[in-house]
Amino acid sequence: MKPFATITSKLIPLPQRNVDTDQIIPARYLKVTDKAGLAEGLFHDWRYNPQGTENPDFVLNQPDYQTANILLVGDNFGCGSSREHAPWALIGWGIQAVISTSFADIFRNNALKNRLLPIVVDEEMLGSLFDLALEAPNAAVTIDLSTQTLSLPDGSTVEFPIDAFARQCLLEGVDQLGYIRSFEDQISAYEIEQGISIIR
Amino acid sequence: MPKTLFEKIWQSHVVAQEPDSPAVLYIDLHLVHEVTSPQAFSGLRQKYLKVRRPERTVATMDHSTPTKGLSLSLVDDMAAKQIRQFQTNCQEFGVPLYDMDSNERGIVHVVGPEQGFTQPGMTIVCGDSHTSTHGAFGALAFGIGTSEVEHVLATQCLLQYRPKTCLVNFDGELQPGVTSKDMILALIAEIGIGGGTGYVFEYAGSAVRVLDMEARMTLCNMTIEAGARAGMIAPDEVTFEYLKGRPHAPQGEDWDAAVEYWRSLPSDPGAIYDREITIDVSSLEPMLTYGTNPGMGVSVGSPIPDPQTVSDPGQREALEGALRYMDLTPGKSLDGQKVDVVFLGSCTNGRISDLRQAASLLKGRKVANDVRLLVVPGSEKVRAQAEAEGIDEIVRQAGGEWRFAGCSMCIAMNGDQLEPGQYAVSTSNRNFEGRQGKGGRTFLASPLTAAASAVTGKITDPRTLNKT
Ligand code: SF4
Repeated sequence: MKPFATITSKLIPLPQRNVDTDQIIPARYLKVTDKAGLAEGLFHDWRYNPQGTENPDFVLNQPDYQTANILLVGDNFGCGSSREHAPWALIGWGIQAVISTSFADIFRNNALKNRLLPIVVDEEMLGSLFDLALEAPNAAVTIDLSTQTLSLPDGSTVEFPIDAFARQCLLEGVDQLGYIRSFEDQISAYEIEQGISIIR
Repeated sequence: MPKTLFEKIWQSHVVAQEPDSPAVLYIDLHLVHEVTSPQAFSGLRQKYLKVRRPERTVATMDHSTPTKGLSLSLVDDMAAKQIRQFQTNCQEFGVPLYDMDSNERGIVHVVGPEQGFTQPGMTIVCGDSHTSTHGAFGALAFGIGTSEVEHVLATQCLLQYRPKTCLVNFDGELQPGVTSKDMILALIAEIGIGGGTGYVFEYAGSAVRVLDMEARMTLCNMTIEAGARAGMIAPDEVTFEYLKGRPHAPQGEDWDAAVEYWRSLPSDPGAIYDREITIDVSSLEPMLTYGTNPGMGVSVGSPIPDPQTVSDPGQREALEGALRYMDLTPGKSLDGQKVDVVFLGSCTNGRISDLRQAASLLKGRKVANDVRLLVVPGSEKVRAQAEAEGIDEIVRQAGGEWRFAGCSMCIAMNGDQLEPGQYAVSTSNRNFEGRQGKGGRTFLASPLTAAASAVTGKITDPRTLNKT
């Protein structure tokens, strides 16, 4: 796995709270058997009008944001269904980090396993970032996972918390399944101790 | 140190724990369905890995399966392809599958308990957020993503940080016509859809103790809608009685040993929780959601909140947006609101007791003109039982559609869906925009409220209809 680099991008503002995973990727896109091609369904019912035409008001349809890769959203992003299709669709579109005041548990776990950074800031900072995205839409911020900092256009930096283990995995390119498998001896010992063989 | 139910299960399942790292947690039971597993099986194939414990893995198909019949020609090509891939995956990796032709197939969270796989003290996961349902048995059960499904298939273990605990006390006694669905909708309305993030809930109190297992499952099922990881209820005689004799429950001497162990699981007196919430249910009324997330709930006769009275700008906008999508007027109550579709089913309320409750109101009555009633049992066993009791006939004579088991209109992946703009009273668990079909509008409610509303064609307090 590639080690993680910094992300520099303008912010894509989506000032909504409680964005659930059914909005991020509607269930009818979950009939796939691989991870590719999900970007088309990303925020589908917000991105497209009922007739199937693009909704020009939706932020991801605006020409300015086509190459941006940091999404700025309201509180409790990714609530609801556990579908990992949500981070797959975001990544597929080009999003590499999402900034909010909080994330739903399962979404955060899923995101980190797919190299999508869930960045938590406080309410005041989130407000300033939305102001920035509005007033200086072309201004870029930089996310540095190794220093856990978000650098703003005025030169200031903000630290953000992130799961230490997941961070290390991303920075060092450690595969989490490989990590679990390194405990093979303990897992086998546990199974023997618990008398686990066949339960039916 | 006195321990909570959660702590007892957690501690007995930690295989390894390194500093600053999540625990390696052993998983006793892994439930698998067709929608969130294909990429996990592909991952195993790419890495030349096997399923470590196929005998602790149980597969069923439910999300994209047809309910009008059992032939895959009834669903679209992509759904059919996904189902066929699932059959191939289960066969190739030796995972036992409740296939389309099985008379025990059904929604994963209905099948697990029904077959006796779900047992107290277990760790249970599934690539599905409503895995919290199984906590009703005093198990630690939660939803995971597809990467984690792959981890569990390959290693029977999962990386997990220890969550915090919250004791939720439901005190008092429910009035007739009010159910555990109303209890959980009331809790989520009170604490919000992010109110439980980071916690495992343990439900306790006099109102929980008297619930039967199916009502307890309804309660735990919607725990995730408050953002909590899992919901649990201490096992008791009601739990043991439900499990006894189920096909995959322990038998004979093993049963006695299991019950003895299960009796040791309830939280010790004096055990400490990180947080406690108490709700008195004595004055609780039937609840419905009016908005576009499960936290936007009110009792049937109370006014829909007015955005003008909300001081926080973000919350005001969210409420305005929800009412715009739902096309509802603030200040009015939901009572009497026109309904187009009534959906009875899902892993929340698709069990036999739910269907019996609905049938008690539908019997001898007709569904209102222009209302579509869709009744989808949670499993084929539930369907057979309901048919043996004549519930299918009650539904048909009322003018409703009686279907084969599956998720159906809860997630609208199989063609069972709302038309844009339609209003549905649904016994399922999510009222997100478009969840039951693009442009569809959902009111979540109990089976009693759903059945009463089907009869009148308007949202109706079930206590105003007499049982026939
Ligand atoms: S019934 Fe609905 S909530 Fe339950 S497993 Fe199926 S889709 Fe998910």
